[in-house]
Amino acid sequence: MINLISSQWQPLLLGLWNTILCSVIALIGSLIIGTFFALLEISQKRVIRVIGSVYVEVFRNIPLLVIAMGFFLIVPMYIAKINGFTAGTIGLTLYTSAFIAETVRAGINSVETGQLEGALANGMTYTQAMRYIILPQAFKVVIPPLGNQFINLVKNSSVLAFVAGFDLMYQGNLIANDTLQTMPTYFIVGVLYLIITLPLSYYMRHLEKKLA
Amino acid sequence: MRKIWRLISAAFLGLVLLTCLSACGAKSVAEQDVLTTDQRTNRITWGVKADTRLFGLENIRTGKLEGFEIDLAKALTKKILGPNGKCTFVPVTSGTRVPLLKNGNIDAIMATMTITPEREKQVDFTHSYFDAGQSLLVKKGSPIKNIQDLNKPGKVILGVSGSNSVKNVAKFAPRARVLQLSDYAQAMTALKSKQGDALTTDNGILYGMAAENPHYEVVGGNFTKEPYGIAVNKNQNRFRKKLNWALDQVEKDGTYNRLLLKWFGHVKGFNYQEMKR
Repeated sequence: MINLISSQWQPLLLGLWNTILCSVIALIGSLIIGTFFALLEISQKRVIRVIGSVYVEVFRNIPLLVIAMGFFLIVPMYIAKINGFTAGTIGLTLYTSAFIAETVRAGINSVETGQLEGALANGMTYTQAMRYIILPQAFKVVIPPLGNQFINLVKNSSVLAFVAGFDLMYQGNLIANDTLQTMPTYFIVGVLYLIITLPLSYYMRHLEKKLA
Repeated sequence: MRKIWRLISAAFLGLVLLTCLSACGAKSVAEQDVLTTDQRTNRITWGVKADTRLFGLENIRTGKLEGFEIDLAKALTKKILGPNGKCTFVPVTSGTRVPLLKNGNIDAIMATMTITPEREKQVDFTHSYFDAGQSLLVKKGSPIKNIQDLNKPGKVILGVSGSNSVKNVAKFAPRARVLQLSDYAQAMTALKSKQGDALTTDNGILYGMAAENPHYEVVGGNFTKEPYGIAVNKNQNRFRKKLNWALDQVEKDGTYNRLLLKWFGHVKGFNYQEMKR
């Protein structure tokens, strides 16, 4: 195993870096897009609500691999030339954003309606009420489920392996095929994923305690 | 808190032990004498390709595997076990075939596997049963005519992970970027959606793809020699010798040439006469 690490540390490190990069981009992207669609879903206008629900249901109910493959194979054929990493990251962002939208929506719904009414009665606009009164309380409630989504996101980034995105899983596959040391390679890959997810899960717990 | 930690570490230890045990168990299966077991059960389990036209491809309508290697495996099984010998086919990919063999899920690999020194450290090979060579598949009218045209920064070559061809191409075109996908069907789709400039693998497989996709052609000739062999586990010398004997038999009695004609006789650009044995 030590031999394997010392001879293959370069591709492993590259894979780890790409996995972290993809996860960070997808995490920020999906949080923004997810929150946006959560706001659409609770809008008072029916049309906007429908748009939000359609988006969420489409991306929540199609397997991530299908979405990523779609971006990898179909988009370059008709729209724009994108590589595997970009295709996988976009797919992962959109897929996760649908789950985050649902999570944030649940958080917003958990805030009493009186809060919004009170804010509006005090002269705030709808946007201001959301920004300063509702969303801060909603996020506090949904930190544990959001943490779950983020951990899932890091693990789901392994979808990049199927679209040649040079992530950790892709490099793991190559090393396993190259050296034919399948078990030790995937063990190392598993440990490297833990190195990303464990601090993340610890940080989410810390955040939960701090804000509660 | 300490109690919880103790519980967690115990669970972890248990898991590690379980993995070790299951690994050891699988090893003993692979170390049994395959030939004896197969003769007793009257059945050989072959690892074959299911996504490679001309060699091993699953017929979507019937669900059966068809191809040169499938027919050759059937002929070899009959030679080894007698006319009533049966064979089971397990679909493998370039990436899964060696682990499946090592775990004892399959008795032998006949899946477009090139005999290489690195692989010979892990498995044993029979004589070669097919002499392929690596080539390139490009869209018709592409500026790429041979492997040298790809040896430039910015060029992307598509291949299948675990195949010998991706290792070779790194030697012949070190300046190109190589994308490794999980199987040939996916690599072909990636070529169609212009994720790469050329697809590389062995000529026999490429001719099969070109036959299916008339807008694509094989160019540049062969730039390597790829002899395919049947792989068996280490310490299975009796089985390996029997396979070699069976290969000689099918070559002598004309079965080999008949199968070659059946699968490659009509393939455009493929020199069938040269491959005859």
